Amino acid sequence: MFEARIHGRGGQGVVTAAELLSLAAFHDGLQAQAFPSFGSERMGAPVVAFCRIDQVPIRRREPIAEPDAVVVQDPTLLHHVNVFGGLSPTGCVLINSGRSPSQLGLDALRDRLPALRLLTVPASEIAREHLGRPIPNVALLAGLVALTGVVGLAALDQAIDERFTGAAAAANRRAALEAHAHAARELEGSLSRAGARDG
Amino acid sequence: MASQVEGSLAVARTVACCRPQVICAYPITPQTHIVEGLSRMVAAGELAPCEFVNVESEFAAMSVAIGASATGSRAYTATASQGLLYMAEALFNAAGLGLPIVMTVANRAIGAPINIWNDHSDAMALRDCGWVQLYATSNQEAADMHVQAFRLAEQCSLPVMVCMDGFVLTHAVEPLELPRRQEVDAYLPPFEPRQMLDPSDPVTIGALVGPEAFTEVRYLAHAKQMEALDAIPVLAGEFESSFGRPSGGLLGRYRCEDAETVVVALGSVFGTLEEAIDERRARDERIGAIAVKTFRPFPLEELRAGLAGARRVVVLERAFSVGRGGIVSGDVHAAVAGSEIAIHTVVAGLGGRAITRASLHALLDDLEEGRLAELEFLDLRRDVVERELQRGREQGRPGPHAENILRELGIVAAGPV
Amino acid sequence: MSSAPFYQTGTFAVGNRLLGPGEASVQSDPGRSNAITKGHRACQGCGEALGARCALDAALAATGGRVIAANATGCLEVFSTPFPESSWRLPWIHSLFGNAPAVATGIAAALRAQGRTDVRVVGQGGDGGTLDIGLGCLSGMFERGDDVLYICYDNEAYMNTGVQRSAATPPAARTATTEPVGGHPGNAFGQGKNLPLIAMAHEIPYVATATVAELRDLEHKVTRAMDFRGPRYIHVLVPCPLGWGSEPAKTIEIARLAKETGLFPVFEAEEGCVVASSPIRRLRPVEDYLRLQRRYAHLFGDDGRPDVIARLQRLANRNIERFGLLAQAGEDSGGDGRRDLLETLAASERGPQ
Repeated sequence: MFEARIHGRGGQGVVTAAELLSLAAFHDGLQAQAFPSFGSERMGAPVVAFCRIDQVPIRRREPIAEPDAVVVQDPTLLHHVNVFGGLSPTGCVLINSGRSPSQLGLDALRDRLPALRLLTVPASEIAREHLGRPIPNVALLAGLVALTGVVGLAALDQAIDERFTGAAAAANRRAALEAHAHAARELEGSLSRAGARDG
Repeated sequence: MASQVEGSLAVARTVACCRPQVICAYPITPQTHIVEGLSRMVAAGELAPCEFVNVESEFAAMSVAIGASATGSRAYTATASQGLLYMAEALFNAAGLGLPIVMTVANRAIGAPINIWNDHSDAMALRDCGWVQLYATSNQEAADMHVQAFRLAEQCSLPVMVCMDGFVLTHAVEPLELPRRQEVDAYLPPFEPRQMLDPSDPVTIGALVGPEAFTEVRYLAHAKQMEALDAIPVLAGEFESSFGRPSGGLLGRYRCEDAETVVVALGSVFGTLEEAIDERRARDERIGAIAVKTFRPFPLEELRAGLAGARRVVVLERAFSVGRGGIVSGDVHAAVAGSEIAIHTVVAGLGGRAITRASLHALLDDLEEGRLAELEFLDLRRDVVERELQRGREQGRPGPHAENILRELGIVAAGPV
Repeated sequence: MSSAPFYQTGTFAVGNRLLGPGEASVQSDPGRSNAITKGHRACQGCGEALGARCALDAALAATGGRVIAANATGCLEVFSTPFPESSWRLPWIHSLFGNAPAVATGIAAALRAQGRTDVRVVGQGGDGGTLDIGLGCLSGMFERGDDVLYICYDNEAYMNTGVQRSAATPPAARTATTEPVGGHPGNAFGQGKNLPLIAMAHEIPYVATATVAELRDLEHKVTRAMDFRGPRYIHVLVPCPLGWGSEPAKTIEIARLAKETGLFPVFEAEEGCVVASSPIRRLRPVEDYLRLQRRYAHLFGDDGRPDVIARLQRLANRNIERFGLLAQAGEDSGGDGRRDLLETLAASERGPQ
């Protein structure tokens, strides 16, 4: 079972992100369960949503305490909400930012969990470019796809088409494509840097 | 064909297939997505003929449903928590009048203190009002139960509430089979009212009944619910034949065949419970679980049979009776009366506190070690409670409990990340 | 001396420093009570947070700080008391959704029994809690003559549960339960539920309407209300950026447009009769107001509904007539001024050309 936890703020499409991921998994023939951690309607409040993906029907209904992946849609949450709680040591983290993990003050996390895969994607900028609004959820999901391969990019495309209509769907798909390419490049880059270190 | 869809929407689409003629709704978290979905379908003409009435309170919602049902229309509403209590008088009225209204209750805690998250205190508070109470263990079951509920309600002339855990089920997106209208039509015939306000054949509904006849009228309400105990398994069986999947019924059983320990629970926690049971079975523990899917009428005989081989029973409840303890466990005691089975009540998941596999394992380990009391509150912070009780003993005007406790937990929670 | 023009003198913008203590606004006083202090969780641009703070600060100023408040369930209650904090600086109780007026009645009764009638009571809630589920209790409070000032913060829908329609939702507005599908123009055109008029029908001592565009006016009305004993009712229009689909920075502008189009009449009444109405300064067509809110977006564009907009304009015009919202034609516009204005109104009813 793959368990992802998505952190963000109200208005950034956190709940939609979890749903989209589950929809993409569905299109890939997998079982998926997505649900939010809830509060009353409020823009800007910290929001958490969860998504589980598995080959077999998912029965458990508790919040995800030990995620395989943590997605942070708003970097202002990094040092004031415990976004990394329970994170698997061999898991991965995806953060919406144009800065590097070091610049975000995450070296300590990296030192603590050396096997962790940590990636930043400038998702808000990518979204602003394609959608006209800095809603980073779809771009970040594409980054997660690049990072984990838990679902295929084609499946994510299909989910986008189902969930959005017309111009919004097309724009989101373009954002996903760009973010996916960015993440893939970053990953290649870090792999070759790691190879250079070991070599 | 499954669709990846939100639980609330699956319920809305399923209810729409049941051809309600009057839907009356007042918004309350966490039922809102169900009624919004139905509102859109009605506005788009997908349900015609159907009137969607935006009422000014839950008391009005149930009252509108009463009027509609008494006039021969299939009526539906949905609520939760405070809203269910606000319509309490009308609930007793609907049941007393034998009106086959179906209502979704998106289970949520009752205040004070105000809390919008899931537990069963709302429906449990109305367990004696005369409505049939069904508890869904999953979103698929929640949707399916509505189809059976309309059939049951109209067959027995009883109102039926389908309980599904608020947020946990209503707001979860998962693969669900949505029935097609023709499928539902084949299972659920048009509403044939047993009584109807009709100028061509006037009847009086809601007369005063004095001591000379009240007992008989009320006994009949009880007798009808007891008939429902026989009807429910039959309808569930027919559902399985028609739709190709088991759903509903009186009880659900999981790995009970040779179980020494059985956990009895209601609602969505059953999924998590099944996983915990599997983990313990892998360690050769003889443990199983029973889901009470029909809580009213209470299936005493079925449960007695289901617990026949057990030595210990843990009743996991998401509500409790203040000043007494367990609610469901009282009924479980009655079911196994005369046996040697040890019954433990565990009150868990109040106000949305998650029931996790970890805490279930901890409680079942306690049971194994003989450390489990007869009445336990799962994951209770005893230290916090003790300090508040101590404050009450010391100070002149200690202030509201909630404020003091939350201030204390807030200090704890605001600690370093 | 500089010959550069100083546009600020001669107005109240600079005037708060220069006005005497009785004339300056409550909000300009650094010693104000700050009834709802910082740290509450309202959305950016929330009209209700602004309106409630101003209203309660005025109430506290008018009573020497002796106010107890009873609040209905809703946005105000939720964003002001996120556990484990509270932003209230006065004694405050939240009981249920529909009983705030009755709880307020109970507080007033206790104070009377204890001989503490110097302490005043404010009941408050949103449009849902006041017009819908709380109406029975409110009417009871009015009829009994209970000494409570009730303030309704009207954002025209059930916002905290996700923007569902209430009795206060205007015609044609989109909400989660009045989507513009199947040919419906959003919320249906009914006769509405005018709670200020209902309050006036109870012939209570004082009824007023206000918006967050004119905070001085709101302060004045709350202060005036505290001069009376018995039931008083103030209805405040508070735009909600989330629910109305408007920019948070435009909340006050939108509230002003609600008044300047005639859609929201601003007036005062005593014992069932209107005693003053705040005139529209610059009449605006309803379109100027509607365009700023995505809840009306479906009325514009290729599939727009100019007929619905014209209908809304007729509603506004009716208000203008009914409440006398346009100042009498006088020195500025000449004798034909009023006729010109009526012709303008008639033309606007025919819809945008």
